[in-house]
Amino acid sequence: MNFPILSSLILLPTIGALFILFTKSSSGKYQSSKYVALFISLANFLLSLYLWYVFDKNSVDFQFVENREWLSGFINYKVGIDGISILFIILTTFITPICIISVNATITNRLKDFLIAILIMETFMIGVFCSLDLVVFYLFFEAGLIPMFLIIGIWGGERRVYSAFKFFLYTLLGSVLMLVAIISIYWITGTTDVEKLYELGIQVEYQNLLWLAFFSSFAVKTPMWPVHTWLPDAHVEAPTVGSVLLAAILLKMAGYGFIRFSLGLFPIASENFTMLVYVLSLIAIIYTSLVALMQEDMKKLIAYSSVAHMGFVTLGIFTMTQQGIEGSIFQMISHGLVSAALFLSVGVVYERYHTRLINKYGGLVSIMPRYAIVFMVFTLGALGLPGTTGFIGEFLILMGAFEKNILVAMIASLGVILGAAYMLWLFKRVVFGEMNNQELKSMKDLKTFEIITLSALVIPILFFGFYPEPLMNSIEASVENTLNMYNFDLINNLASKD
Amino acid sequence: MENFQYILPEIFISISIMLFLLVGVFKKNSASLIYNLSNISLVILLALIINLSSLDTIYLFNDSYLIDNLSNYMKIILVGSGIFVMLTGSKYIQVINLNKIEYPILILSSILGMMIMISSNDLIVFYMGLELQSLALYVLASFNRDNLLSTESGLKYFVLSALSSGLLLYGCSLTYGFSESTNFDQILINSTEFNYGTTFGIVFILVGLAFKISAVPFHMWAPDVYQGSPTSVTLFFAILPKIAALSVFIKFLYTPFANMNDQWQTIIVFISIASMIFGAVAAIGQKNLKRLIAYSSISHMGYALAGLATVSNQGIQSSITYLSIYLVMNLAFFSCLFMLKRNNKYYENIEDLSGLSKKHPILSFSLLIVLFSLAGIPPLAGFFAKFYVFLAVIEQSMYFLAIVGLLATVVAAFYYLRIIKIIYFDPEKEEYETSHNLGLKITLAISTIFILAYFLYPSSITEIVSKITMI
Repeated sequence: MNFPILSSLILLPTIGALFILFTKSSSGKYQSSKYVALFISLANFLLSLYLWYVFDKNSVDFQFVENREWLSGFINYKVGIDGISILFIILTTFITPICIISVNATITNRLKDFLIAILIMETFMIGVFCSLDLVVFYLFFEAGLIPMFLIIGIWGGERRVYSAFKFFLYTLLGSVLMLVAIISIYWITGTTDVEKLYELGIQVEYQNLLWLAFFSSFAVKTPMWPVHTWLPDAHVEAPTVGSVLLAAILLKMAGYGFIRFSLGLFPIASENFTMLVYVLSLIAIIYTSLVALMQEDMKKLIAYSSVAHMGFVTLGIFTMTQQGIEGSIFQMISHGLVSAALFLSVGVVYERYHTRLINKYGGLVSIMPRYAIVFMVFTLGALGLPGTTGFIGEFLILMGAFEKNILVAMIASLGVILGAAYMLWLFKRVVFGEMNNQELKSMKDLKTFEIITLSALVIPILFFGFYPEPLMNSIEASVENTLNMYNFDLINNLASKD
Repeated sequence: MENFQYILPEIFISISIMLFLLVGVFKKNSASLIYNLSNISLVILLALIINLSSLDTIYLFNDSYLIDNLSNYMKIILVGSGIFVMLTGSKYIQVINLNKIEYPILILSSILGMMIMISSNDLIVFYMGLELQSLALYVLASFNRDNLLSTESGLKYFVLSALSSGLLLYGCSLTYGFSESTNFDQILINSTEFNYGTTFGIVFILVGLAFKISAVPFHMWAPDVYQGSPTSVTLFFAILPKIAALSVFIKFLYTPFANMNDQWQTIIVFISIASMIFGAVAAIGQKNLKRLIAYSSISHMGYALAGLATVSNQGIQSSITYLSIYLVMNLAFFSCLFMLKRNNKYYENIEDLSGLSKKHPILSFSLLIVLFSLAGIPPLAGFFAKFYVFLAVIEQSMYFLAIVGLLATVVAAFYYLRIIKIIYFDPEKEEYETSHNLGLKITLAISTIFILAYFLYPSSITEIVSKITMI
């Protein structure tokens, strides 16, 4: 057995959290705790980069697999990664240190508890992307609710209690059906090991119901229309860092789940329900874009734009084409970076002026030029300008969609235009225009740590926008393999019907 | 005479009870002494039971008394939790002036009654054990006799419990009349053919037992009794009678009435679903923590019964696992309650927890863990308890039960979250005294760590329980 690198990735943040729990800070500011948290999360980031480096991009098998007896021999603790999961892990480990650096601005009370919550959250998020057993997956998937509930509830805004409850109960309600499905899979096939399930396949007659049960969980988490309403509330009330985690990583769990489980385990049902997903995705893209246009609160606008972007993701996944799925994964990574950056940018002005209402701002370019530049990059990333990561994701998804269904693709393209409309309008109202509000004059430009976090996000957005090759290389083989298995099952099923 | 070595634990505890009574009568101010002696005798009792537990199935006294894996395991968790109940409550009963000699003696007698219930293999022996524990419990419920709520709860418990005992006895007599025996194994042999008499017998017996574990629709006593009794007695009520009654439940369903599972399965499924839903919904509006935990225990018993409804060994084992984890969670929860003390007064309303996390981070963290675990959120122990039950339920394709049960957990999650909200999100109130009671702290630490770390080795209880096979 080699060095258990994935388990280390999962456990390292928790160990860090325990460490913080038992350290006493002499001053009330918990500076030392913050350095410990930053150190741990950076170490985890480096570890994940090393993982990426040694990861074999051409192999379609799961790598770094660890398999340990866990539940009295019938369910194993099994983790492993392939090209689909590796990028999400890196995204998680990359966003976490950024969050920890930015707690400076937003969190004033109980900093120590907050750092512990973030690190525990990181453990669960990495666990979700690594797990190769349905029960282990469920465990991590659900466990993430606890720290997020506390992050929204303790450090959130005025209506935090309502939002925290809504977030928790919505997600839990979606997930319990998935638990029934997971246990049913165990009794139907005798295992919950994802690798074995890929080989065995699940009988056709069960697939539709099981797919729906998984869908109920992922649809809430994605979130898809009409169960998206928890997201704007949660985003608006969560502290900046909470919003970043939520948008950048938590939403990706569902997209990842769609590819790994819905497509992988229930190919025939996925084919049956394609139209349902198309319709819901299109509604999400068009409807929430229109809703976003009308928002007066910056965070709410970005939250709705997240729903629209995730609509593209689900659309791309269910085109079942190489371009569509690769585009979806790329879009998720891109959205992870861009939405994190946008929420941080909103956090910057919110921390200075304590309002998120768009009409209170205007003309920031004259007093905060640096801020205007980075905010512009993020805006363009969000609307998918060529040269940013957002473009590549959307472009590939639309390519995939055109291949399968031209009407769907055309409606989805409208979403791109609407996306440009609400993002540019937001940018115009906040950064350009007359500075009518005299109080804004006293606002200072970016501080050092803000420059660090925001430029850390600008670099990958532009770099991978111009040169997506490194990311595409990692996912290509695995996506191809997933699709091959998918098509193979479909053909087999057709053959057995005749 | 050589049989007596097998019931050494029962003999030992009976002698201890009589001895302590004598000491209490002849020695003045011996309440604390007897309390500690009782606790020590429970530890010895536990050792004696563990010593016997390596043996195989043993029938005693004309097959009316049975010692097997089920009874051994149940007795071990019974006495084990008895020790912790005594440990956590010691300070409490001193503060509210209940430290009298009768208190530990009544607890010991009811434990003796429960042990007899658990081991009984005969209707008459079973009923004797049941009445011994019930009589002790009536007195315990009204032990704080100057308190209106406590006397009310004692009376209420007495009247309703007597009614249910009557029903139970009627069921026993019907069963005896139609199967010509009081011995469980004999009833099984004689009841191969369907007849209405035994079916009625089953229904009445199940009603009586459902009352003892406070399952819907026989739960009416639970909230009042839980709220009115002294908290240490509430803890006792929440754990020990449930262990005994559930073990008798298993025994009745799978020994004398094993052939008639078509008849009782529907009843159990109904009781289980009703308890899960009612417990979850009714707890939402509660303001008193003890009352809330009464409703929560109703819904937890629903999940434990869901395992029994499956008619499979896996189901029985999952129920026992559920019960074991449930009692640890309750121990932890009540340990936290015992810590809410200020100026010799204990606080038990949900509002009293407001903002607890600012001044008492460790206590609040334990409560957080316990409440999420009670709600069944992974990776805590409560999730695995539910997971095992649903594993067994879905194995038998009882999807309706599984889905209703899981949806009820979402409703239940709401009121657990509400408590967490009050602890963590609400403005703080006055500080509570720091507890210096070692027994309390140890109990809280052990149970919280158990809940938190259970996922590291989640089959620990299952492996022990897997020896218990009834079919």
